[in-house]
Amino acid sequence: MAAIAATGRVAPGDQPVFVEGPIRAFAIATAFWGVVGFLVGVVIALQLAFPLLNLDLEWTSFGRLRPVHTSAVIFAFGGNALFLTSLFIVQRTCRARLFGGDDMGWFLFWGYQFVIVMAALGYVLGITQGKEYAEPEWYVDLWLTVVWVFYLIAFGGTIVRREEPHIYVANWFFLAFIITVALLHIGNNISIPVGLGSSHSYSAPAGVQGAMIQWWYGHNAVGFFLTAGFLGMMYYLIPKQADRPVYSYRLSIIHFWTLIFLYIWAGPHHLHYTALPDWAQTLGMVFSVMLWMPSWGGMINGLMTLSGAWDKLRTNPALRFSVAAVGFYGMSTFEGPVMSIKAVNGLSHYTDWTIGHVHSGAMGWVGFISFGALYYLFPVLWRKKAIWSERLISWHFWVATLGIVFYITAMWVSGIMQGLMWRAFDELGFLQYSFVETVEAMHPYYVIRAIGGVLYLAGALIMAFNLWKTVTEGEAAEPAPRFAPAHAVAAE
Amino acid sequence: MFRWLRDHGVIERNVVLMGVLTLLTVSIGGLVQIVPLFAVETTIERVQGVRPYTPLEQMGRNIYVREGCYVCHSQMIRPFRDELERYGHFSLAAESMYDHPFQWGSKRTGPDLARVGGRYSDDWHAAHLRSPRAVVPASIMPPYSFLDRPLDYSRVADHLRALRAVGVPYTDEMIANARADLEAQARPDADATAFNARYARARQAAFDGDPVRITEMDALVAYLQMLGTLVDFRDVTPAQLRQQ
Repeated sequence: MAAIAATGRVAPGDQPVFVEGPIRAFAIATAFWGVVGFLVGVVIALQLAFPLLNLDLEWTSFGRLRPVHTSAVIFAFGGNALFLTSLFIVQRTCRARLFGGDDMGWFLFWGYQFVIVMAALGYVLGITQGKEYAEPEWYVDLWLTVVWVFYLIAFGGTIVRREEPHIYVANWFFLAFIITVALLHIGNNISIPVGLGSSHSYSAPAGVQGAMIQWWYGHNAVGFFLTAGFLGMMYYLIPKQADRPVYSYRLSIIHFWTLIFLYIWAGPHHLHYTALPDWAQTLGMVFSVMLWMPSWGGMINGLMTLSGAWDKLRTNPALRFSVAAVGFYGMSTFEGPVMSIKAVNGLSHYTDWTIGHVHSGAMGWVGFISFGALYYLFPVLWRKKAIWSERLISWHFWVATLGIVFYITAMWVSGIMQGLMWRAFDELGFLQYSFVETVEAMHPYYVIRAIGGVLYLAGALIMAFNLWKTVTEGEAAEPAPRFAPAHAVAAE
Repeated sequence: MFRWLRDHGVIERNVVLMGVLTLLTVSIGGLVQIVPLFAVETTIERVQGVRPYTPLEQMGRNIYVREGCYVCHSQMIRPFRDELERYGHFSLAAESMYDHPFQWGSKRTGPDLARVGGRYSDDWHAAHLRSPRAVVPASIMPPYSFLDRPLDYSRVADHLRALRAVGVPYTDEMIANARADLEAQARPDADATAFNARYARARQAAFDGDPVRITEMDALVAYLQMLGTLVDFRDVTPAQLRQQ
């Protein structure tokens, strides 16, 4: 084993080249946290429609459960999907064993699950930094930093020992995701604990600077955690499943550099018309609009990879998820720049429109591309011929799609309606509606939204069942060249 | 055209080069947008009246953060006619200059709270927090009756000290008297001369209705009741508000 760890290769006839145990664990964790995250989402959606469900307990109030939902979906579901795919893809595309081997894989797995559990327990108990998507307190932040440094070492180290001369495009995106998330995480979490024995800390920046740094972080958690990393998935899964090369190599290069350069500027669009100075708001708006271009460049690159292979959408339901994901990506990355225009933002900000926008991206893009990855990877990782039931994949697809449609249309209507009600004046020049009247008007849409969430959760449960059956009852694949010794893997 | 794309192969063959170039590329936007906010003095408006939170208000603010109030309530009024009518003068950067962390929020499931201070009575707030629908029947806010438990302020001086370390101008005297000041503010019959000298415009009251026990409710209501009350806009000139 020492020889394997040192060179990343094994002699013919020896053990599989790739680290797989921890990657299987990441695959299971992705499905598990997905279900947990969607379930908590359904609970808090119902709390907004029926406030009695807050149960009059401190641990189950909306304010404490909402970060559990967002963190479970973004960092637990999304994060495990990113570890799963990045560590799988980097080994295959570099034809090299994971740097650090199984030990590294298991450390990353348990280290990251520990972050998730510590963070979620903290939220329920009221331990939070009070910054959206960066709620974990200082001790969890420190531990995550350690795990992340090892992640960079494992990922970069695997690339260094690659057998291929070029680094594959998917790995550019994963690398940018790992590096930038490290920068954002450290930059936004500088704080001073009240004492070593205290879970509480105070953030170093205050007020306007704190807001700018938070949304520099927050928007790029979207840009790099939920976009760049998942684009890495797209650049592997779609060509692989369609059995076609990526549509345009040049477009990949332009897509990559313009996306990472422009994204980082977009943060201030979360702070339009606030006390943030106008020059910063304007920069945020201009760059957000420009960001439309690389986003659609990437979408085109993903979709056009299917030219000549569109028929596979009919026969490969997993690919259908990946491709629909790219469609949702195109939709959200069009809606985003529109909402970043100050005149539009004046209406949409503070309303459910933003929530709907986030969910078209999170459910449609991040969720679907991850489901596609799970459906592709489970048979590969467990040496099965195929997923247990293709029919159930189709069921998952349509139930989840319907759920998203319910969700985002309800939020469009409620968001735009509430924005208009807030600014409505009567003929005598008084405000037409009190605030609580606008809350009452939201009720039917909150119910529809919750139904959408239930459908999406039902789809994920169908998936979990199907994956379970694949592992336990799926037909074994013939020994594929993929798991043969290194010289055979070269054919991949 | 696009000749440079051919040279991209150099980057694709060198992971360290690619990593460094990526780091440089993603650093530019953040540096341009963040550094000037610390460097340009006019980012914070030059208005009078903003002071650090009293120990009781700060403990209340910590409860506000702990309960995630910011996920449904903003503290940032925008310069629109309807927001002026509904909430008051638009929010200034100066008004949150001692907010660690800022709590501007991003969603108004409930109304903005930036100037909620003094709009309702203490009793209204306590009753509303205990049972929102008893006061506002259509409200969807969770109940917070558990806040009627004793406030743990054993480490309040440490909190002020940590805040001083991140830039809040608490004096040695304020830190030394943190406990006494907290108790004085929550007990209307206590002698508050020294407390008032340290914290201008701070109000002394039995915020939760009970003048004896100091509860989490006291702290949270004390915080809510001072929000947006520090700057007197009758004295403010447009020149003071100009940023950059």
